[in-house]
Amino acid sequence: MTEFLHMGGYATYVWPAYGIATIVLLGLLVATWKGLRNAEATLKALESARPTRRRTRNSSNSTGRKAADQTAGTPAEASEG
Amino acid sequence: MHRFANPARFLRLSALLLPWCAGATVILTILGLWFSLFSSPPDYQQGETVRIMYIHVPAAWMSLFVYTNMAIAAACGLVWKHPLADLFAKAAAPIGAGFTFVCLVTGSLWGAPMWGTWWVWDARLTSVLILFFLYLGYMALVNAFDDPQRGMKAGNVLLLVGIVNVPIIKFSVDWWNTLHQPASVVRMGGPSIDPSMLTPLLVMAGAFTAYFLSVVLLRVRTEIAQRKIQTLRLSVASGVAGDGTVTDGMRG
Repeated sequence: MTEFLHMGGYATYVWPAYGIATIVLLGLLVATWKGLRNAEATLKALESARPTRRRTRNSSNSTGRKAADQTAGTPAEASEG
Repeated sequence: MHRFANPARFLRLSALLLPWCAGATVILTILGLWFSLFSSPPDYQQGETVRIMYIHVPAAWMSLFVYTNMAIAAACGLVWKHPLADLFAKAAAPIGAGFTFVCLVTGSLWGAPMWGTWWVWDARLTSVLILFFLYLGYMALVNAFDDPQRGMKAGNVLLLVGIVNVPIIKFSVDWWNTLHQPASVVRMGGPSIDPSMLTPLLVMAGAFTAYFLSVVLLRVRTEIAQRKIQTLRLSVASGVAGDGTVTDGMRG
């Protein structure tokens, strides 16, 4: 084992080469993973904070239907407030 | 090609491909490390330092492979306004820069004991250093504009101009006198390297390629999410302006 780690006297050149490659490739992977998690979290937060257009469209449909057979105005007020 | 221009379709495809690429990366890396560290002989001239080759050469191949792919994507982005092509080039750049950096550092670590110097300003080493700066320049340029479309366009032009460097790197060892050894794998008349050393080289190259595919898929996914974030923020900003007029009306 020590002979293997010794690398025929070239341990100071061989192991840093493998070490640098490991650090760079793993570092890139971790940075990429974190960036993706961040972006997806931000996107989710933005999408849940802003379904206003969809909600108004849905509620205007439902108010149209509900206004016909129920008390008018209440669903529209709920969606606007 | 255009069938994959749709980001939603790309996201489905990448979700399908990613587990395979990630699995291939893990298996090929373990196999490659086994071959390169344990099951290959030391070189009769260079001793154990030959093991640096199994990192250095695949990293050098990847630096050229990634750049060529980015340049092809840049051409697609400029000619057909292919939205994913732009995102691919942007996503691949840091990975390519990483491989080029690994290639330069491991080359230095190999050169020190074998050539007696960490660095020489010869054609091969200098042209690879230029490739590294092309990657860094592209990354800086793409992010230097407020309008991402303009940044992408400028970056794509840089990538296309920089492609002249790729054949220069490949043939620099034949065209100029250099300390660097000539090509021994991709050459006329087949590889001149012993199979016991060619195997770890090719397995490591496979591992690096699978790693690149996995990470670039993740990064393109990130870029798509960021695009969506940007359009959402813009529409929120314009929506706020619209609401503003309403509240003004109500106030008045």
